[in-house]
Amino acid sequence: MLNAILVMAGIGLALGGILGWAAIRFRVQEDPLVDKIDAILPQTQCGQCGYAGCRPYAEAIAKGEADINLCPPGGEDGIKRLAELLGVDPKPLGEGLESKPKSVAVIDEDACIGCTLCIQACPVDAIVGAAKQMHTILPDQCTGCELCVAPCPVDCIHMEVVKEDLNTWKWRYPIFHMKKVP
Amino acid sequence: MNGSPFTLLANNSVSAVMLKVMAALIPGIIAHAWFFGPGIWVSLLLCSALGIGLETLALLMRARPLGPALKDGSVLVTAWLLALSLPTLAPWWLYALGMLFAVVVAKHLYGGFGQNPFNPAMVAYAALIVSFPVYMTQWPAPVGVAPHGVGLGEALDLVFAGQGGISPDAYTAATALDTWKTQIRMGKPVADILALPAFGWGGGRAQELVALMYLFGGLLLLANRVITWHIPVAFLSGLALTASLLHAMNPAQHAGPVLHLLSGGAMLGAFFIATDPVSAASTPRGKLIFAGLAGLITVLIRNFGGYPDGVAFAILLMNVAAPFIDAYTQPRVFGHKPGREDRT
Amino acid sequence: MERQPRKLFHFHGGVRLDEHKAESNASPIRPMPLLARYVVPLRQHIGTPARALVCVGDTVLRGQVIGAAEGYVSTAVHAPTSGRVTAIEPRAVPHPSGLYDLAVVIEADGEDRAVDPRPLDWPHMDPSALRNRIREMGLAGLGGAVFPSYIKLNPGAPREGAGAIHTLILNGAECEPWITCDDRLMRERAGEVLQGARIMAHMLGVRRILVGVETNKPEALAALRQAADEVTEIVAVPARYPGGGGKQLTYTLTGVEVPAGGLSTDVGIQVFNVGTAYGLYRAVVQGEPLVSRIVTVTGHVARPGNYEARIGTCIHDLLAAAGGCLEGANGEIVGGPMMGFELMDRDAPVTKAVNCVIVKSPVLFPPKPEALPCFRCGACAQACPVQLQPFEMYWYSRTRDFGKAQAYKLFDCIECGCCSYVCPSHIPLVDFFRFAKSEIWERERENQAADQARARHEFRTFRLEREKQEKAEKFAKAAAAAKAKAAAGDPADPEAAKKKAILDAALARAAKAKEEMAAAGIAPKNVDNLPPRVEKEIAEIETRRARVPHPGQEDPHD
Repeated sequence: MLNAILVMAGIGLALGGILGWAAIRFRVQEDPLVDKIDAILPQTQCGQCGYAGCRPYAEAIAKGEADINLCPPGGEDGIKRLAELLGVDPKPLGEGLESKPKSVAVIDEDACIGCTLCIQACPVDAIVGAAKQMHTILPDQCTGCELCVAPCPVDCIHMEVVKEDLNTWKWRYPIFHMKKVP
Repeated sequence: MNGSPFTLLANNSVSAVMLKVMAALIPGIIAHAWFFGPGIWVSLLLCSALGIGLETLALLMRARPLGPALKDGSVLVTAWLLALSLPTLAPWWLYALGMLFAVVVAKHLYGGFGQNPFNPAMVAYAALIVSFPVYMTQWPAPVGVAPHGVGLGEALDLVFAGQGGISPDAYTAATALDTWKTQIRMGKPVADILALPAFGWGGGRAQELVALMYLFGGLLLLANRVITWHIPVAFLSGLALTASLLHAMNPAQHAGPVLHLLSGGAMLGAFFIATDPVSAASTPRGKLIFAGLAGLITVLIRNFGGYPDGVAFAILLMNVAAPFIDAYTQPRVFGHKPGREDRT
Repeated sequence: MERQPRKLFHFHGGVRLDEHKAESNASPIRPMPLLARYVVPLRQHIGTPARALVCVGDTVLRGQVIGAAEGYVSTAVHAPTSGRVTAIEPRAVPHPSGLYDLAVVIEADGEDRAVDPRPLDWPHMDPSALRNRIREMGLAGLGGAVFPSYIKLNPGAPREGAGAIHTLILNGAECEPWITCDDRLMRERAGEVLQGARIMAHMLGVRRILVGVETNKPEALAALRQAADEVTEIVAVPARYPGGGGKQLTYTLTGVEVPAGGLSTDVGIQVFNVGTAYGLYRAVVQGEPLVSRIVTVTGHVARPGNYEARIGTCIHDLLAAAGGCLEGANGEIVGGPMMGFELMDRDAPVTKAVNCVIVKSPVLFPPKPEALPCFRCGACAQACPVQLQPFEMYWYSRTRDFGKAQAYKLFDCIECGCCSYVCPSHIPLVDFFRFAKSEIWERERENQAADQARARHEFRTFRLEREKQEKAEKFAKAAAAAKAKAAAGDPADPEAAKKKAILDAALARAAKAKEEMAAAGIAPKNVDNLPPRVEKEIAEIETRRARVPHPGQEDPHD
């Protein structure tokens, strides 16, 4: 009896030792979770999730403080990828949030008074201009966060949906008649 | 939006493929009817009718369109393969249970045509042999060997009205593989065993000719490019090699390769069942491994296992491994270096 | 030429197709009449679109550059005839999307005056200058890929590990059914084609030219053999689709596989289409830029054949020249039936990439049957010339598991269509691969945009932090200075005291005015009778303001 206990304990210790050694020896250096989440977020920096930007939202998700369905620009696909990363079930976009087509802000340059408020609001420095000078938006850099729209005192900024062109056109999902469920 | 190509190969469809498979089965079926009596027509028709009925039912329950799935003819291939694998003249409910397993459990519960990980006919066969071993070994004896030949009318009686009229002993006989197994256990010498009426010149009496007709049908499939050579060649080689090896080691215990090739479900399995593309491995090297191992396992089950034939279990076992085999035998893509590259 | 027949190599898969060449290859190439209007897109090649050099109202001559090459991967675009530019605007272009793209519309003046041709003294020209001239001549691969030719004619700087270019392959295989423009070109202008090839060989410094032509074009083979010289070998290759794919033809002729993701120059081989060689001949020897090309018009039309059409010829004009569509026509294919695409708008013009227009009819191109599930029969894998496993790629593309699709080498797919062609379940496999590829590309674009946005946001955060710090430092310095001053017994700054007095007075005035109004029972009227939209806005602003602390400040609306 004692022998058996000793043998089992010995085996247990030996195997535990091997596992412990392997855990250190073969440790995979991985990006911290926050970086991985941040890499999935679209970096719009729009704050619709209620956090000050994508990174803070990523940190909140990593800490378990925020849900994964608060990012409208990331859309369904983003939620799916977050769910996959975190090993949870995907869910629909949070209440009151809606996914919009990708847009960029456009300044009506005739109306702009050069107040710089939008420049201060832009999270990615995509607006060029100076005080009392006309401002303009760099469409390639604009993330479509809409943060510049509200501060404008003369309402000269509006959002324009980005149109498909030959560079961004995509082949559609092929029509497949098999699953014609009534 | 539908893009190119705008032309498709003419006369090419799933139903055409299935029809070719069924046509290739016909020589074997005719030989079967010739040597074992017309009972096979009953089971073929019964299984086909059951198959269409069950397929319709399953499709209705799954709310899928009936037309395309019934037109593809895959259920008829399953029905015919099962009818040819089950003993002829078995009671109707055995066929019904088998088709239920094949169509509903093995096919539609897994998502229908193209989704089944296992060959439906073999799932049904396995389920039946585990549940009803006695019925599953009562094969009709070849015409001339049996004391009582069964005509078409009697066959219908036997299948549908139960076996009240005549005792199974009158028209059934143990198959060659079965006989070998029981006689070896009883310690009979090989020469005496092979002289028993169950054996012909190479395999089971008459069975060997049916097997050759299946081989002929299989060659037709090859010629029509419905199947590739890999699976039949590897399956039969694996079977013959293993059998030869065991036979060489202990001839008094293990039958030679010819008996193994020409009895039981070897030929039917090699050309018609293991080649089922849905459940088999699909890369060229994968097919060789898949079928070679299936042949090996078949002989191991026949020689060491409790069941007389091992084709069904061997193929089912290898079905499990098929995705894994495929993953490790991906062919070299044009312009890539030989050897396995890291798959991200 | 009496030579040992070359040993040919057999690429995997491929399919034999009904050729349908006889419909259009019987008659000589027909010139198109001069038309009243041409639409010349600025994006006719792979890479950056050309930059318009003309304005609306300008008059142009045939061969005049109207769009300049922009950036490295680009080439010029020329006016197809003399006339006036009437518009530079998005127009229908031959593209599967049916989207419009920027084009120069030229109203012909009917005189067809040309700029003076400038033949080049190519054997004695500086190679770099010669390439630049070719860039200005608008040469791009006419086999369909339209890659700017001047880049491919640069023998220098082979990639690491690759040797110098030793072989030039001229692709005259024309493996797609129906198309015969290269066939007719080789039959009628073999000398010019090979002259173009010699210029290419000269530029690349190669001593061996192989011309691959499928055996189904015996007349073209004979004509080329007649015109060939010592260094040029005309090779008949078996007619098996897609034997005219660049990598497939290279393999058939040399047994060398172009590495995946690489170029044929990595293995010392350069491949050009015969049409490009002819275009190069015209550009270099005759000094005419690329303003026309040969287009096959075939299928359900009255007079199928090959037409020499100016770039910018609208396809409806082209069809009219071919006698118009016959009764029952139902659409057009641009390119071949295996890799072409459905034309969305007949106003789209012929571009450098358009080699064929096939008019469809339900008899010639029966509607595709409904697709059935894949049953892994492997017919696609047997037909794939790249030895892919299309049924696996299909499975993962269909379920949008793009990572897995890529692991099965999705991007090695050349979209030749063999898999879809042989599929007994009639699954549009290539459509799924095109879909998966464009989704992956979009994801790639999105990731790049996200990375950029992240970097810019991080920099901005850093900048704001730095500015805050600088301000704080400045403030601290000023405070320290003030303290030092105070410590030195300096009296309060008279300037500051004055400012404070003015401020106090103003505040007092405002408070008094408000009090007076309140005493008189007057409330500010600017918030009465507002439309609900404005009221909602105010409420929103108020909630926003509530969040922002305003110490020591009273709300004027209270």
